[in-house]
Amino acid sequence: MIAELLSETPAIGFKRRYRVLVAKLGLDGHDRGAKVVARALKDAGFEVIYTGIKQTPEMVARAAIQEDVDVVGISILSGAHMALVPEVLRLLKEYGAEDVPVVVGGVIPWDDAEKLKAMGVSEVFFPDSPLSQIIEKVRELAEKRRKRLEG
Amino acid sequence: MGDYSKEFLETLARALKEWQEEMAKAGYKDRLDRFTTDSGIEVKTVYTPLDIEATRYMDKIGLPGQYPFTRGIHYNMYRGKVWTMREFSGFGTPEDTNKRLKYLVEHGETGLSIAFDEVTLLGLDPDHPLAVGEVGVEGVSVASIWDMDILFKDIDMGSITTNMTINPPAPVMLSFYVAVARSRGVPDDKIGGTTQNDQLKEFIGQKTYVFPPRPALKIGVDVIEWSVKNLPKWNPISISGYHIYEAGATPVQELAFTLADGIEYVREMIRRGYDVDSFAHRLSFFFVSGINVFEHVAKFRAARRMWAKIMREWFNAKKPRSMWLRFHAQTSGVELRALEPYNNIIRITLQALAAVLGGTQSLHTNAFDEALALPTEFSAKLALRTQQIIAYESGVADTVDPLAGSYYIEWLTDKIEEEAWRIIDRIESMGGMLEAIEKGYPQREITESAYRRQREIEEMRKIIVGVNAFKGEILENEVKIPLLEIDEPSVRAHQIERLRKLKASRDQAKVNTALTELERAATRNENIVPYVYNAAISLATLGEIMGVLRNVYGEWNEPIIF
Repeated sequence: MIAELLSETPAIGFKRRYRVLVAKLGLDGHDRGAKVVARALKDAGFEVIYTGIKQTPEMVARAAIQEDVDVVGISILSGAHMALVPEVLRLLKEYGAEDVPVVVGGVIPWDDAEKLKAMGVSEVFFPDSPLSQIIEKVRELAEKRRKRLEG
Repeated sequence: MGDYSKEFLETLARALKEWQEEMAKAGYKDRLDRFTTDSGIEVKTVYTPLDIEATRYMDKIGLPGQYPFTRGIHYNMYRGKVWTMREFSGFGTPEDTNKRLKYLVEHGETGLSIAFDEVTLLGLDPDHPLAVGEVGVEGVSVASIWDMDILFKDIDMGSITTNMTINPPAPVMLSFYVAVARSRGVPDDKIGGTTQNDQLKEFIGQKTYVFPPRPALKIGVDVIEWSVKNLPKWNPISISGYHIYEAGATPVQELAFTLADGIEYVREMIRRGYDVDSFAHRLSFFFVSGINVFEHVAKFRAARRMWAKIMREWFNAKKPRSMWLRFHAQTSGVELRALEPYNNIIRITLQALAAVLGGTQSLHTNAFDEALALPTEFSAKLALRTQQIIAYESGVADTVDPLAGSYYIEWLTDKIEEEAWRIIDRIESMGGMLEAIEKGYPQREITESAYRRQREIEEMRKIIVGVNAFKGEILENEVKIPLLEIDEPSVRAHQIERLRKLKASRDQAKVNTALTELERAATRNENIVPYVYNAAISLATLGEIMGVLRNVYGEWNEPIIF
């Protein structure tokens, strides 16, 4: 599955590769998922900026703007998602970057995932979400944003 | 030469060859090209004495309680005493967790294990700006002696042992614990338990590091030194592979990196002038127990044999107890799934079985809902029941090391040992684990393994039932499972309020003096634990004590590797 995705590297044919921020929001150090996703996105042709662990909402929002990313991917496993993710959304809006879609992954109860989506998170991924699904979704969101910018 | 006669081995080799030919002739085909363990070790169709032909039983396997301890560190293992059932617990306020601890003890838990929240793990107080959203959500919030006292309300600290999963703030949490126990009249030789205090593995897995590797190692060894002198029943360190595995390592890598960390601590104690037999018996270990049952059993057996050899041959230990690899096991969390979560009950049972067949001294079984949230009372009880059923109903604990002598298990034990030595040799050639960590070697290796594992799942080379195979309709009651909910803002407010009361009640001049003395001791490179203890009993908070140490030692920012 990954191999198929790799073969259609989106870098080819685009003026600029899609840029994705992979951010470990909050205090927990469980970075396995973030790193695996960052690596998979890179192998699928995205330009990936990985922040490392212990990022605050402020750091994530600023990095998203400074790096001019097409998608923000947040990984959080500490349980602090309901406090910190809405804050990232708020700051992006405050800085005029609410058009940058945000996806979230981690240890997140189903109900919280629904609440986060209602607040404006584009997608929530769980411990079992396949990489292929994550790559597809990020690609779709990045494509939409680029089209909006160009249109 | 091994124990089998040459004649027997030749007869067997002929029989095996004929058997293979007949199997091929009859048209038997395997359903996979290769069968491998989770460390990538290729597994054969069948194992025979030919696979362990070089083994001399008395040298490599031996008897339980005797060198090289392959079969277990005790003579009669669980026939004498069942492993300690120690469920890792913690959430919300110290009051919340105290209730959960007592609930588990009432249901037969035999040891305690405290999970702290991220704020505590990083040595911050709940009123720190970074604590917003995090207080009590991934563990319990403990910021002072007062919190520790509440956490252990109505619990006899002189009879039950307590593990605390705490690393950079290990000297602080140990001080809180000892101070509370002493205040209740528990003598030092009755204070039993463990501080995880494995500073090196924080740079590889778990990642709750605060200080850079060198001062972190110094602090860790300070705790070992102080405990060995003052608390005869305390395990000052739990040298941990668990988090390394969870962060992506294979079982072989977990084993090798953990023993390499252990070697570094032993060397540091020897550098401080201690005879190896004066402290080695207090070192303890912590490994994952994964779902590949035989591989993890073989890993535990190999671990005991390797550590015994390291202690005897490398460090010249004389006492058998110095050679014991005593360990705690926890069932793997990354192997649990969010989809069809009830399937995790079966996964946990198999993982726990591996720990028991591997001779663990203590065990935590995860709860089935932990890929979604912290356990509820119900799921925590079920996890404990899993251990109890294995211990008392299954019969697997009735004899010592029941899998010994299995050609596969003995072969796999040898194989894992061989591969782990190769990694240890590599680390040694880099100058030891501290250097290897600074070079990013273990971090890179496990990042690779984690990615490889995920790709195996994606490409269906690794089947996860209900996740990438045999998918069916998700039933309503598989999604709507009741989860533990924590009202973080109210937990945080509660904890901040107690912090305020504590600060209002204390003699501030005394706190200031204790913190200044701590700073001086840290700067002069003395053992910091006595000074941390003094600060703790003057009612300095976790964040204040760690703040002093942060100023002296600086903070670590890891290189980005993915």
